[in-house]
Amino acid sequence: MKTLDEIRKIRETKRKELDLRVNTAADTREKHILVCHGTGCTSSKSPLIIDTFRKILAEKNIENVRVIQTGCFGLCAKGPIVIIRPEDIFYAMVKPEDCEEIIEKHIQKGEIVERLLCKDIDNTTVKKLDELNFYKKQKRIALKNCGVIDPENIDEYIAFDGYKALEKVLFSMTPDEVIETVSESGLRGRGGAGFPTGKKWALTRAAKGDQKYVVCNADEGDPGAFMDRSILEGDPHCVLEAMMIAGFAIGANHGYIYVRAEYPIAVQRFQKAIDDAKKYGILGKNIWNSGFDFECEVRLGAGAFVCGEETALLESIEGRRGQPRLKPPYPANEGLFGKPTLINNVETYANITKIILNGAEWYSSIGTEGSKGTKVFALGGNVNNIGLVEVPMGVTLREIVFDIGGGIPNGRKFKAAQTGGPSGGCITEEHLDTPIDYESLKAIGSMMGSGGLIIMDDSKCMVNLAKFYLGFTVDESCGKCTPCRIGTKRLLEILEKITDGKGEDGDIEKLERLCANIQKASVCGLGQTAPNPVLSTIKYFREEYREHIDHKECRAGECKALMKVTIDPELCKGCGLCKRNCPVDAISGEIKQTHVIDQDKCIKCGTCISKCPFHAIKG
Amino acid sequence: MENKKCEGCSECNKDPDMEKILSEYKQEKDNLIQILNEVQEHYGYIPEHAQKAISEYLSIPMAEIYGVVTFYSRFTLKPKGKYHIAVCLGTACFVKGSEKILDRVKERLKIDVGETTKDGKFSLEATRCIGACGLAPVFTVNGEVYGKATVKMMDEVLDKFIAEN
Repeated sequence: MKTLDEIRKIRETKRKELDLRVNTAADTREKHILVCHGTGCTSSKSPLIIDTFRKILAEKNIENVRVIQTGCFGLCAKGPIVIIRPEDIFYAMVKPEDCEEIIEKHIQKGEIVERLLCKDIDNTTVKKLDELNFYKKQKRIALKNCGVIDPENIDEYIAFDGYKALEKVLFSMTPDEVIETVSESGLRGRGGAGFPTGKKWALTRAAKGDQKYVVCNADEGDPGAFMDRSILEGDPHCVLEAMMIAGFAIGANHGYIYVRAEYPIAVQRFQKAIDDAKKYGILGKNIWNSGFDFECEVRLGAGAFVCGEETALLESIEGRRGQPRLKPPYPANEGLFGKPTLINNVETYANITKIILNGAEWYSSIGTEGSKGTKVFALGGNVNNIGLVEVPMGVTLREIVFDIGGGIPNGRKFKAAQTGGPSGGCITEEHLDTPIDYESLKAIGSMMGSGGLIIMDDSKCMVNLAKFYLGFTVDESCGKCTPCRIGTKRLLEILEKITDGKGEDGDIEKLERLCANIQKASVCGLGQTAPNPVLSTIKYFREEYREHIDHKECRAGECKALMKVTIDPELCKGCGLCKRNCPVDAISGEIKQTHVIDQDKCIKCGTCISKCPFHAIKG
Repeated sequence: MENKKCEGCSECNKDPDMEKILSEYKQEKDNLIQILNEVQEHYGYIPEHAQKAISEYLSIPMAEIYGVVTFYSRFTLKPKGKYHIAVCLGTACFVKGSEKILDRVKERLKIDVGETTKDGKFSLEATRCIGACGLAPVFTVNGEVYGKATVKMMDEVLDKFIAEN
């Protein structure tokens, strides 16, 4: 247990000690080697890099150097990432065998290991993270501490203003003032729908009930989205602190965070945050003698996309099948165990402490008229800089894809961007200059969604993409209401028919009609938005649907049934590379003779196409 | 066992592992999914005897437990193979061609998603986003991540495990 004075003391001394994390001119003899320990870098062996650094430091008896595991720096494509502070030198794609060189050259001799520096898209060598084009247009609020602090060390969180917002709220604000600040900041729900956060808090505060709950929705099911996970992995305490502030504001003393079990690192770090906060007396009864109690529990999801829907999530916390409830009553009045419940998404909470500390005016000065603050996007797919980006609302998609994302790899052309995952839609080239905010995205038939942003180049078939999303929805439909359960299945069947080359006239109209019905008649958001990927691809790529149906052609070559791989005898030099690489031995031919593909054996995997040095194979 | 001495207390049927798991939880119904997660982790699937034990412990009918188990994709009723291959079909991986990798496994092992080979050596799962989108496409074998995967890489991995006795 620590008193408030002791916490303040930790903040002061630890902040001085950690100045080198944010200040290149810090007055220190220490060096910190920061290694990303998020899921992306962990998958490419960053834990081994941490161990190797520590081992070498111990063997060589080097003092004043610490190896720190941090959350995600954002640039996952260049992982594992290692940053040396205070000089802020950034090494990309580091392997365990590079550790020795970094220590001998950089740490001991003060020389930069040039070969491990990162190359930017324009081929310039970059030494510091913020020199990268990837970071120039970003503004980090929700991700402020990610990549700066050790997420498993509560003292480091406290050092960077941790639990200061809680202190401010408990001792100098009333619950109504807290809600007013959140309302005035203009913060809207980052889970996708964009409901004003302050209003939600006010509604839950006004609801009558002896017991109320605060819930954090960390069931990030949208495939290709990993913002919430990165926040929980990189800065779990900021979410916990915000849940406590929310509890104070609405009059709740119990919180639940519902996290996907597929995120083991996030689960473990959040649990550790809870345990450490308890040890420090920040969680529990009568916190810092303020009279405010708060407890928090982790609940694991078990792989059901629909549980991201708030009422399905509540059902799941209560131990049942995650099937949505009819609304109203809304969770603000009748939520968890029938009590008034406030549910916010991880990223929404991640903004709260900063709003409390810096004021509503500061926050509302960022962003656009209707959408304030920043939004974190998980940028993925066919784009050079895959990773996590946080940008002010109102930047255009073009800036995200080309300035931050570095454009499309392999000299291909941008075709479409997909936001909002299985509930969202496509954005085409003509809309690249649309500012990113809730209203503008809705106006062009897409949605903000939780922040998954998948970029597609011209090798992608849009009919196949719609089929992919519908396959997902069919799997994930909970089955409670007929329009979603049966309607999405029928949609998928029609799409399969088209991609199998059996499409008929009238299929597109059938899809459109069915989509309209599913949108109108489904119980929850999953069903109501499930047709979006189909409708938006039809809207913007109708001619591709027509080609599939009328000419049995897939211009992207993705629909296998419509594809025939052939070797152009004019271009084939008979090198035999295709034959050797064919996984099913479908190619025959003598060296220096034209090779032939046996169409019955060919599985259309495309290996030969990519292997042929003469571009003689077409699919 | 001597029949005459058996009084049907079913004590002998009890699985000490299950007892241990259950003892960590209060007898409250909302703990069901937490317990199932732990059982899945421990056994690699949800055995019938575990469902029975949970049913008795939490006073929830077996049918309801079965309903919950089959609702959530993380819970399985069949044991996984010695090598559990999970190919990510999240959007980022899909866009980068993970479907081809999945098809390759199906074709070579002659199993579909959610199945285990007859010899119990391999099982196959299509997962939704494991969060390593920077390395897309990815697959995992018993949790170990293989990033920037290709059909050829999958072939090599399969060859290695198939050759193993």
